[in-house]
Amino acid sequence: MNKAYIADRAVRVILLFAALLSIIIVFMIGLFIFKESLPAFREVGATSLILGSTWRPSQEQYGILTMIVGSLLVTVGAIVLGVPLALGAAILLAEIAPGRVRGIIRPAVELLAGIPSVVYGLFGMVVLVPFIRAVIPVKGNFGFGLLSASMVLAIMILPTITNIAEDAIRAVPKEYKEGSFALGSTHLQTIVHTILPAARSGIVAAIILGIGRAIGETMAMIMVIGNAVEFPLPLNANPLTLFLRSARTLTGNIAVEINYATGIHASALFATGVVLFILIIIVNSTARILVRGEHYG
Amino acid sequence: MDNQETNASFSRRLFSLQHVVDETPIIAETPRASIGSQEAIVRKQLTQKIVFGLFWLTGLLAVAVLIGVVGYLLVQGAQVISLDFLLTPPQGGLEGKGGISTTIITTLYLVILTIAIATPLGVGAAVYLVEYAGEMHGRRGLVPVLVSIARLGVETLAGVPSIIFGLFGYVLFVLYMRFGFSLLAASLSGACLILPVIIRTSEEALKSVPKSYREGSLALGTTQLQMIWTVVLPAALPGIITGIVLSVGRVFSETAVFYVTLGGSYRIPTSLLSGGRTMALHVYYLAMDTRAFDKAMGTAAILILIIIIINAIINYITHRVSVSLGR
Amino acid sequence: MSHNGNIKLQIDNYSLFYGDFQALKDINVAFEANKITSIIGPSGCGKSTFIRSFNRMNDLISSVRVQGRIVLDGENIFDLDPVDLRRRVGMVFQKPNPFPKSIFDNVAYGPRMHGVRDRGRLTEIVESSLRSAALWDEVKDKLDKSGLALSGGQQQRLCIARALAVEPELILMDEPASALDPIATLHIEELIQILKEHYTIVIVTHNMQQAARASDYTAFFMMNEDRSGSLVEYGPTEKVFTNPHDKRTEDYITGRFG
Repeated sequence: MNKAYIADRAVRVILLFAALLSIIIVFMIGLFIFKESLPAFREVGATSLILGSTWRPSQEQYGILTMIVGSLLVTVGAIVLGVPLALGAAILLAEIAPGRVRGIIRPAVELLAGIPSVVYGLFGMVVLVPFIRAVIPVKGNFGFGLLSASMVLAIMILPTITNIAEDAIRAVPKEYKEGSFALGSTHLQTIVHTILPAARSGIVAAIILGIGRAIGETMAMIMVIGNAVEFPLPLNANPLTLFLRSARTLTGNIAVEINYATGIHASALFATGVVLFILIIIVNSTARILVRGEHYG
Repeated sequence: MDNQETNASFSRRLFSLQHVVDETPIIAETPRASIGSQEAIVRKQLTQKIVFGLFWLTGLLAVAVLIGVVGYLLVQGAQVISLDFLLTPPQGGLEGKGGISTTIITTLYLVILTIAIATPLGVGAAVYLVEYAGEMHGRRGLVPVLVSIARLGVETLAGVPSIIFGLFGYVLFVLYMRFGFSLLAASLSGACLILPVIIRTSEEALKSVPKSYREGSLALGTTQLQMIWTVVLPAALPGIITGIVLSVGRVFSETAVFYVTLGGSYRIPTSLLSGGRTMALHVYYLAMDTRAFDKAMGTAAILILIIIIINAIINYITHRVSVSLGR
Repeated sequence: MSHNGNIKLQIDNYSLFYGDFQALKDINVAFEANKITSIIGPSGCGKSTFIRSFNRMNDLISSVRVQGRIVLDGENIFDLDPVDLRRRVGMVFQKPNPFPKSIFDNVAYGPRMHGVRDRGRLTEIVESSLRSAALWDEVKDKLDKSGLALSGGQQQRLCIARALAVEPELILMDEPASALDPIATLHIEELIQILKEHYTIVIVTHNMQQAARASDYTAFFMMNEDRSGSLVEYGPTEKVFTNPHDKRTEDYITGRFG
């Protein structure tokens, strides 16, 4: 019998190690990327790295502010375009659409979620970019830029937000709904005043997850955003033309240059990774706290 | 949805009652008669019609986007797809000559390797978290703390973006461990990426195995390990397989992590240390380095078809599981 | 307590705690071999917890503490290997729980786990266990069909066959017929009568008529004021039901309270 117990004990230890592997990997990722970024932080200095607006490796200028702004702008654009659509679709699927229609739309949305990012990037390049160039006749608008990138990103985060938000809405106990109806509210009023507030933290978590995905997207961005290192400024008097500018994201910065970068240049790219990593952790922690808060509320 | 029917008729019934209440002189006339007045009701219903129309618009827009993206690429891509396209290797150059045969092979190698690495580790972790760690609840000491840390790790890992896995793999596997741009480096990096997916889906699958199975097995005098291996895992298998199929889809779709660890060669990989190019990466390279947008769309079309098939497989498995449980 | 035969299971000053809460208080009783003992009493007084002590299934709950001894054929079960104990002491649960495997694999499961590999031997064991459980004739042509496809009563007999296949000495049954219809219940009761020839059986039941007609000895449990459970009375079934010592027993049996 002892042999069976030794086997049981051994398996337990092995499996515990397997379970710990994830946190070990997280640590190693943090460790290695941080370690590689240290030369850049030391030589260039954290402030001038993070707040510097000139990125010109050939002249040893390593400021990533432009990229931070680029990432933020494109994320904001994606949120503005994508969230209303996603929430509308979520409400539709959860509350309004009859079963058969839902049976068509929901799988369609799930399919969207699985499509490779390069495919969206390709679509952006081949359809959206020429479209933007043609439809908005502003000088300096080549189609590649923040607007195209925002649109592509919006399409990419749409399924994520829709699916999770829909689940959150469906999870609202039907007693709340019935209480609202019993007071003579319309369906719309019930949705706006009872259901959505009750599903609030789940919806917010969905949006934050979408933001996380948006900040982390790389390849599709590279394909449509232009990858210019200049600070994006409006093209003319209209401030919105800012979005017609070509820009570069933190993720794009890493991917575009890593294959041939060496020395401090490479280190600066890892520093870009550190900034990105920290940004994502902040976003995810916020999401987790908000979702947990739901259980007490 | 049944939901729908009862709510609509509920509202209708309420409104008819409201009408009666308004007309009845028993309730003294209050200056607040506008609460239940006919105009307010009509206004509310009109607003609802408009807003619901907007909701329908968004839903249809989502479908339209899908049709737009998928349909356009499928249609354009189909023109390029032929047996030749699938079976000849790419030949490079600005015109993007050749087909995609080597990329298909590289992709398959990568999928197999990545899944082979991640599955035992992921399922093992899930087994621990569900079967062994449950006893830790409320206990004190080192191991329960480790368990909480382990869970935190899985959550965090799930949120790390693909490019960071790429950077990590580049530093650790490509440079440090001197694997170079290779299938090995790429699959190890990819395994880190899909590990949380496998852990989560396996956990769900294991949790859904009824407690009575476990008790039945233990009451016959089996060890916990025997119970897990012979009763729990087989019962959880469909869910676990779903997680694996999901991960296969991820490996097909992922680009950033492989971009930085696989290199860009379009030759057939001859060993674990050979580099290569997945189909998804090939789309990227064609689009950025050549003028062959048509071939890019062809490759994209094939990728889309593969994802559609994978989705169908997952739906099939989930459907069959819920049917058998419903009995 | 008068016993005519051997004592199979002896319980000495046994108490059980869930953390700080005492669920069982100072139980002293002995069960005779090859007899059927039923344990009756109102809900919540710890009957299930009690019999789950005999095969140490309570070990699976981390907050459980026990005091006292439970002696099986002269050995304290807490000194034995729990896995082996559970082979010697079988259990049939309230809700039938066949594995999602074939009928054959359900019954062969126990022997396989304990090392029997030979297909011929396994087939023998499966057949004899199914015969002992009065299920053989109904399933002999569909041994490879899923155990879940059987009716409730058949599933429970399958679980009994599965328990018999590992050749236990003592069989515990926790309200085995409560989830079944009256006819299936009757089958189970008949089966238990036949089984006692080779096995010692302890059965928890809510159904007093069942206890009265089917068992040799009866133990009556009740909940004390502090919500722990204790043994109130134990004796030959006929005596407990017609001439009980304790007034509380009499009250319960005559239905003065639930």
